[in-house]
Amino acid sequence: MSLVELKDIKAGYGGAPILNGVNIAIDASDIGVIVGPNGAGKSTTLKAIFGLLTVTDGSVTFAGQDITNSEADRLVPMGLSFIPQEHNVFTSMTVHENLEMGAFVRRDDISDTLDEVYEMFPDLKAKRRQNAGELSGGQRQMVAMGRALMSKPKLLMLDEPSAGLSPRYMIEIFEQVVKINRAGVGILMVEQNARQALAFATKGFVLANGQNRFTGTGQELLDDPDVAKSFLGG
Amino acid sequence: MNDLIFFFNQVMIGGVVLGSIYALGAVGITLIFGILRFAHFAHGDMMTMGGFVAFVLATLVAGMGLAFPLPTGFIVLPFAMVIAAGIALGIDKGFYAPLRARGARPVTLLIASIGVTMMIQGLIRLFFGTSTRSFFDTEPKTLIRIDVPIEGATRPISFTEPQLLLVILTLIAVVALHFFLTRSRLGKGMRAMADNPDLAKVSGINTKQVVRVTWIIAGGLACMAGTMLALDVSLKPDLAFNIVLPIFAAAIVGGLGHAYGAIAGGFLLGFAETMAVFNWAVLLRPFRDNLPEWLEIPSSLALVQSEYKLTVAFIILVVVLLVRPTGIFKGAST
Amino acid sequence: MTTRYIAAFAGLFALIVTVAVFMGTPFTVRLLVEAFAFALIAMGLNIQWGFGGLFNFGILGMMMVGGFAVTFVSFPVNMAFWESDGPLMLGQTLIAALIGAVLVFFAHRVQRFGITGKWRGTVIVLAWFIAYVIFRSQMDPAATYIIRESGWVGGLGLPVILGWAFGGVLAAGIGYLVGKVSLGLRADYLAIATIGIAEILRAVIKNVEWLTRGTLTVSPIPWPVPNPQAWQSWGADPTTSFIYARAGYLALVVAFVAVALFLIHRAYNAPWGRMMRAIRDNYIAAGSMGKDVTGRQLEIFVFGSVLMGIGGAMLVSFVGIYDPSSYQPINHTFIIWVMLIVGGSGNNFGALFGGIFIYIIWMLSEPLSQALFQWLSMFSSDMGWGRIPDIESRSVQMRVFVLGLVITIALRFAPKGILPERVNRNG
Ligand SMILES: Nc1ncnc2c1ncn2[C@@H]1O[C@H](COP(=O)(O)OP(=O)(O)OP(=O)(O)O)[C@@H](O)[C@H]1O
Ligand SMILES: [Mg+2]
Repeated sequence: MSLVELKDIKAGYGGAPILNGVNIAIDASDIGVIVGPNGAGKSTTLKAIFGLLTVTDGSVTFAGQDITNSEADRLVPMGLSFIPQEHNVFTSMTVHENLEMGAFVRRDDISDTLDEVYEMFPDLKAKRRQNAGELSGGQRQMVAMGRALMSKPKLLMLDEPSAGLSPRYMIEIFEQVVKINRAGVGILMVEQNARQALAFATKGFVLANGQNRFTGTGQELLDDPDVAKSFLGG
Repeated sequence: MNDLIFFFNQVMIGGVVLGSIYALGAVGITLIFGILRFAHFAHGDMMTMGGFVAFVLATLVAGMGLAFPLPTGFIVLPFAMVIAAGIALGIDKGFYAPLRARGARPVTLLIASIGVTMMIQGLIRLFFGTSTRSFFDTEPKTLIRIDVPIEGATRPISFTEPQLLLVILTLIAVVALHFFLTRSRLGKGMRAMADNPDLAKVSGINTKQVVRVTWIIAGGLACMAGTMLALDVSLKPDLAFNIVLPIFAAAIVGGLGHAYGAIAGGFLLGFAETMAVFNWAVLLRPFRDNLPEWLEIPSSLALVQSEYKLTVAFIILVVVLLVRPTGIFKGAST
Repeated sequence: MTTRYIAAFAGLFALIVTVAVFMGTPFTVRLLVEAFAFALIAMGLNIQWGFGGLFNFGILGMMMVGGFAVTFVSFPVNMAFWESDGPLMLGQTLIAALIGAVLVFFAHRVQRFGITGKWRGTVIVLAWFIAYVIFRSQMDPAATYIIRESGWVGGLGLPVILGWAFGGVLAAGIGYLVGKVSLGLRADYLAIATIGIAEILRAVIKNVEWLTRGTLTVSPIPWPVPNPQAWQSWGADPTTSFIYARAGYLALVVAFVAVALFLIHRAYNAPWGRMMRAIRDNYIAAGSMGKDVTGRQLEIFVFGSVLMGIGGAMLVSFVGIYDPSSYQPINHTFIIWVMLIVGGSGNNFGALFGGIFIYIIWMLSEPLSQALFQWLSMFSSDMGWGRIPDIESRSVQMRVFVLGLVITIALRFAPKGILPERVNRNG
């Protein structure tokens, strides 16, 4: 049984459907990476899992449970966590408060998780009293990841975590993603830096026009000449 | 010296009292704007309604023959606030929530709040008539006088008991609100939702619960403001409808969505109004004898005539909207 | 769609006939005159909100300005004023105002002399303050003098229609200023700004006794058509004289509404109207397409204001009295919104229908609820609970409640109104 499984998802924003049958399956041990051209529906796929838009056909299951069109405040306690592509921190709140908001659904003691996150991102610890709006893009991305980890997720979904970051930050973020995965959290992420991301992905999905174009392990996609030609820039 | 005390009574006390009322109302407006993104026009009438709820309770209590060392209207306030918060929740459920569920634009909600304004006003007048009522028909309104121990001062500093209670209550409300917003889980969730509703949802914050809490706070504070205003002056059906614009002005001056800004804006406007209508000639009178012959102090040196008192708030409002629509305080949050 | 129009207006006609049967013809004709004037104002709001997407909560201000204009133009000349020093003193006030304006004008341009930032702000504030003091130094004595010597300035004694036109012009001027300063704001800020400006106007008109007589009110304001007294002097009995006079007035108002409807309809279907809708539906895109968005919006705001000013003037000449304290946001601003939303925002006929329909509802709520209360009161006294006190004053308030109920129900169940906008927004 996969941790999360999408079967023939169709979804849209009210107008024409954007997703026309997306299939994704991820295990807890997996790092799944979704790549594809702009506007392919990558972000839309993640939002559909998270109940942020209506799935009109197909089903989403999480750990065997049907979660199609569930509200976020039910999904987070179940162990899903999502970092949106943009506006992914509370700019008027401090770093510390951002992390607290990540743990909003938890009623137990969160100080251990806080320590873990600060250990993972030492930069944040120094800035914990500062408003997240005053941080650099890379630091914000760390706050966003920290926030998402605070709910102790079983599945972490990231939408282009490396967008706009320098190569150094990008590598750091990817390293953290791998580390989080080793700790037993399934990963599903969308990436534009497809080559780097597929290199450590255990599963890769190429989306185009709201449909799976290729599916395989990261290495398989990197080796596939068609994928390389059409989606990885030659 | 007496002139200074006169100034203090008129401008300082008047400004604090007015500012407190404005601040309590503006906080509600600003919270609703922050969470629901619409200008809640019916807020003034929620204040008036709160005042009438308290009035009914006070009449009931007085009818039972109970007497208290403090004004009865003040004693029943907590109960009135609970009822008013309940009504606010009901109004949201009945009139605003269905529109939000449909995905209506904020302006549609603004227009709906006009409908709510008219319904509340109609109902209040229907049940209570158009007359002016007083909380102090059966009990006296205590006047507090403090003599100033300075030579030449014969005039005391004076204010009424409801005014004192109003200021104390406002202080308590502001401090409580501060702790709620910065320390409590729900309060922080509220700030998070005001900051970034999508991300708040993604974080698992129960946005419906936040909306409910917002109405409870806004309704409760509106009731407090309405009741205290009615205790200070008198209760009438258009009690707060007349000041809903200055209250909006306070919220806008403070930056819509910013709770602390609303409080500051409220006091700013309260003082602006009392200072604008104050006759500054009074303060110059003591120097009358030292001035050269040709410089005569005019009898009235008020910036505007008192008929235009409310207009001061509108002018500040319009100027702020034009010069800095995001409010005059930078970096405030919530 | 056409059946919907026929049904709506046939229903309205039936309603009017019923009203006439129960309430009598003089009442009904009066109702119609006012209803058509309100419909004209609703059409003005439709231009602003329905076509342009511009929020206006200051309708009351435009109506007041229109009412003032017709009062000033059509009321007989007050010789006591013209023979006194009043005009001279007003001239001095005007000069003072001009000096102030020049001062402010230059203060806004001090950056030419290297004064920038905070200092420029200080200079501007100071200039406004000085201008204000200079103005007040002339205005206050002039006002006191005029009120003492001649009561107020009086009117110009010109034809009423000219007064209506002036009402449109004056409202256009005010609309231009309001639009100029506040059209950049988002809808809810625009709402607050316009209502704020309207309240300032209201306070001023109510308090400048030398110009408007303020709370003392002005009457009788002449009619543009023969009034009941004229008909009586020609031998008509009182009831008939009211019907004839009001019918004449009604004809004039309906003619105005028809012309306005025709003109707006043509403009709406012309490229101008299409551009307006493009701006309303996505003004950023229209802006990037090289259209002068703010300029077009200003046009719209002014056009809408003209209709509001004329409508306000018509209402004032009809009742024959100008009473600044009678203007209330509910009766003069919010009701227009109810008319437009219920009728169908974005549709001229919707505005026309909503204006007449809601005004009739508004006027009938009172007698209807009075009847309802009488009935309830009878019931309760039969039950031994006593009669309901103050039925009269209570039923007046019912109509405010009814209006609120109508608009909330409309927003919830028929947000596009009874006659929805017809144009395909993508077209
Ligand atoms: N909120 C929205 N409302 C309507 N349509 C949307 C919305 N968000 C995205 N779309 C449309 O859905 C399609 C897919 O968008 P999506 O954001 O999923 O693309 P993406 O694959 O994530 O692209 P990118 O690499 O640029 O992030 C696009 O055509 C876009 O126009
Ligand atoms: Mg995307």
